[in-house]
Amino acid sequence: MNIRVNGEDRQTDSVTLKELLKELGIMRDRVAVEVNLKIIKKSDHDKYQLSEHDVIEIVNFVGGG
Amino acid sequence: MQKDLFVIKGIEFKSRFWIGTGKYRDFEETARVIEASGADVVTVAVRRVNITDRNSPNLLDFIDPKKYKILPNTAGCYNVEDALRYSRLARESGISDMIKLEVIGDEKTLFPDTIGLLKATEILAKEGFIVFPYTNDDPVMAKRLENAGAAAVMPLGAPIGSGLGIRNPYNIKIILEGAKVPVIVDAGVGTASDAAIAMELGCDAVLINTAVAGAKDPIAMAEAIKFAVFAGRLAYKAGRIPKKLYATASSPIEGML
Repeated sequence: MNIRVNGEDRQTDSVTLKELLKELGIMRDRVAVEVNLKIIKKSDHDKYQLSEHDVIEIVNFVGGG
Repeated sequence: MQKDLFVIKGIEFKSRFWIGTGKYRDFEETARVIEASGADVVTVAVRRVNITDRNSPNLLDFIDPKKYKILPNTAGCYNVEDALRYSRLARESGISDMIKLEVIGDEKTLFPDTIGLLKATEILAKEGFIVFPYTNDDPVMAKRLENAGAAAVMPLGAPIGSGLGIRNPYNIKIILEGAKVPVIVDAGVGTASDAAIAMELGCDAVLINTAVAGAKDPIAMAEAIKFAVFAGRLAYKAGRIPKKLYATASSPIEGML
């Protein structure tokens, strides 16, 4: 399946969002995730089924003022 | 130093020096500076996770969210929509309901777009956020933000990163007179004395990043500002003498030869 993650095109075999985050090696408690501009709550990551051309943004906290 | 707590929306703040985490050499330095500052509030920004380098360090490995209050910002947002998006993502991370709300209106000065700021404040306050809007030193806008549900107002002393100090202490004073919510000076502080001035005016706290991160010795500057904030606060509580044009002798006339 072709998706876009943090601005980069990517192919994945992950079916759910939770699987994708695992594939990317991301600790879920530290991040927030948006799919097609909609925030997907942590509790829904395992239920959320990815679709072709989904645009996914995964953010965390960095240094800032 | 004795405790001098203040409370915003039920959250107890132990330190009146709030510190930003941007522009340090590395996370080790960030952690050491925060320790030296005595701050219990640290600001952070919301950005994309680095998905190409899985081993890149994470800021929160160095700043324990159980020890410090994490205040995410919406830095870099130039419209209401983006500011709301970043705020909601920040809250979804599950660490904080607080948001240092920035809606920037101009790239060169980074002055706030106060019309957008007011709209975003209203929306986020209704959504249950604890909103700390970064605003200009305009007493009317400060009042409008307060009425829109801001938990505190954060007027700038001078443009972000400029180090120009408190350029309009009289406006800050007027904001303080009218405010029913805490007033926290955000941006413009260049060195310790600027922080002392903000606190002597009666501000509840100051938020500083560049003055520390850009100093030759950030750890020493963090410590210097910690003392300045404390000194300024103490001087405010002590009550300064009024300014006047002419002299008043300190020594008695009586008993002179």
